[in-house]
Amino acid sequence: MTEPAQQPLTGYNFAYLDEQTKRMIRRSILKAVAIPGHQIPFGSREMPLPYGWGTGGIQVTASIIGKDDTLKVIDQGADDTTNAVSIRKFFAATAGVATTERTTEATIVQTRHRIPETPLTENQIIVYQVPIPEPLRWLEPREVETRKMHALAEYGPMHVQLYEQIAKYGRIAASYDYPVVVNGRYLMRPSPIPKFDNPKMDNNPALQLFGAGREKRIYAVPPYTSVKSLDFEDYPFSVESWEHCCALCGSTDSYLDEIITDDRGGKMFVCSDTDYCTQRQENGHFGPLGSEAAE
Amino acid sequence: MYVAVKGGEKAIDNAHRLLAEERRGDPESPEVSLKQIDQQLSHSVDRVMTEGALYDRELAALAIKQARGDLVEAIFLLRAYRTTLSRFGASEPIDTAKLLIRRRISATYKDLPGGQVLGPTFDYTHRLLDFSLVDGTEPEAAAESDGDPDTPMPRVVDLLNQEGLIESEDADDDTPVGDVTREAMTLPADRDVRLQMLARGDEGFVLSLGYSTQRGYGRNHPFAGEIRLGEVEVDFTPPELGFPVTLGEITVTECQMVNQFAGSATEPPQFTRGYGISFGHCERKTMAMANVDRALRARDLGEDVSAPAQDEEFVLYHVDNVEASGFVQHLKLPHYVDFQSELDTVRRLRADAQARQAGVAAE
Repeated sequence: MTEPAQQPLTGYNFAYLDEQTKRMIRRSILKAVAIPGHQIPFGSREMPLPYGWGTGGIQVTASIIGKDDTLKVIDQGADDTTNAVSIRKFFAATAGVATTERTTEATIVQTRHRIPETPLTENQIIVYQVPIPEPLRWLEPREVETRKMHALAEYGPMHVQLYEQIAKYGRIAASYDYPVVVNGRYLMRPSPIPKFDNPKMDNNPALQLFGAGREKRIYAVPPYTSVKSLDFEDYPFSVESWEHCCALCGSTDSYLDEIITDDRGGKMFVCSDTDYCTQRQENGHFGPLGSEAAE
Repeated sequence: MYVAVKGGEKAIDNAHRLLAEERRGDPESPEVSLKQIDQQLSHSVDRVMTEGALYDRELAALAIKQARGDLVEAIFLLRAYRTTLSRFGASEPIDTAKLLIRRRISATYKDLPGGQVLGPTFDYTHRLLDFSLVDGTEPEAAAESDGDPDTPMPRVVDLLNQEGLIESEDADDDTPVGDVTREAMTLPADRDVRLQMLARGDEGFVLSLGYSTQRGYGRNHPFAGEIRLGEVEVDFTPPELGFPVTLGEITVTECQMVNQFAGSATEPPQFTRGYGISFGHCERKTMAMANVDRALRARDLGEDVSAPAQDEEFVLYHVDNVEASGFVQHLKLPHYVDFQSELDTVRRLRADAQARQAGVAAE
């Protein structure tokens, strides 16, 4: 579903932020692109949405969006989750841009916790909402220390943590926000996407921008840049998998959400990416419950 | 059978309508006016202006009304509005020595030039619910001072300074002052930035931290050198004029703490300072702020940094209630993708563990 462009809200600048602020943010974005994976401090503003609800992503989107852009906003992979709806409405109102749920029609995709299943292209930018940008934060709470660790590429403690998980559980137990190394240099937090999505970041043709509003940091992965999930030769990186296919579209290669259907252990699995699932059904792919739902 | 969270947009609109209806309450009872909030809930307005970092009583009252009296929400509303305002410059520093005093007390001297002026204070009220307020009674008129309002009220720290008993603080007009609303804070933070963060910081958090220093976590022996409340003019020098013009008058509360002395081989012992300031009348906040300011100077003064209130990363990164409130409450947002990922991991780990146990049992 695509909504056409409309007149932006009067009384506010295009896309809410004033032009000076946008310029400041774009300068930070340029620095971030020049040093892939490195966190750039920026003068994050108070937005009319709460910190922790996507203010970093919103500020990045606001500073790069133009009136010819088409915006898609997802949360947990879905276009219709409440906060995605709220952010999409914010830009439809303040920038008057066209919005869409179709990944292929979007020029900018703002996301929380997922990367779309449909591969992105060179003509697209994906903007991630980031709660905690620092990958070393759970190992070292102090910013002064973690900045030093990045400067010296002192990433041993992160490997030790993964090793400790193997020693304790027999496998790496990190499941989302799984640490990656960008361009062979900076350790980076991919934002809380499931590790299932990590491989999509590697060598992606789209520009990937990350905004952390409360923590006042921006970082980036330029197009076609290597993004490697940390692992060991004998314990290689692996992703989540399901014994089921999507109940609606029958997909066996997408990330599935588990839906509890009753209080007797009944459950079903459906695609987290609602657009991907809808497209498949429109193209005649159905899962065990798909045709029933389609009627 | 699959009922997803479709219709989010409609649900949000309906929730907002319900909120507006509940905000209004019983339509039979008269609606509260901004003037009433400003006049009769003035301390709420003062706090919202201080932590909202915007001096505008009417907008603060509006924010309080819109937030149904939730002051942290009102502070957020005011901050979000504040960021949209264009700024045309910085005012001249206000001169609190020239404050038109409504209240001025010192705990370090029994009497001092200008005297002790109690002003409007809860301090010596007995905290008994006053049932005469239930239906409203007109208060007795307050007595008026026959003193000369132009009596000079020198600041206690300036009196101490004459003898060199307290560290002197000379304004350095050449170094630009930081601005936490325009640039990301970097650490170690200088005192200008620390004071800005504390002034905008959450009263409850600052109060508890200030309290902790008095209970031994970073003790620094505070004396309330002076607390003053009053009106002061704000001057601005437009570049095209080249001389200052008065923009208006604001009410501020200022607290100067006199703290334990420090000295070294080269410098004789002197008292040190802690500073707190707020818009309006926020006495509790400014006193606590002064305690925390002094605690955060531990590094500068060569003291051990061991207590939470002395730890600038801990204090400055957690003092802002707009940040804290947003991030704590973001846990309400859906996290089912992450949770699914965790479910997958826990199920695999449990399967591994069961396989190991079965293997042990089979042997």
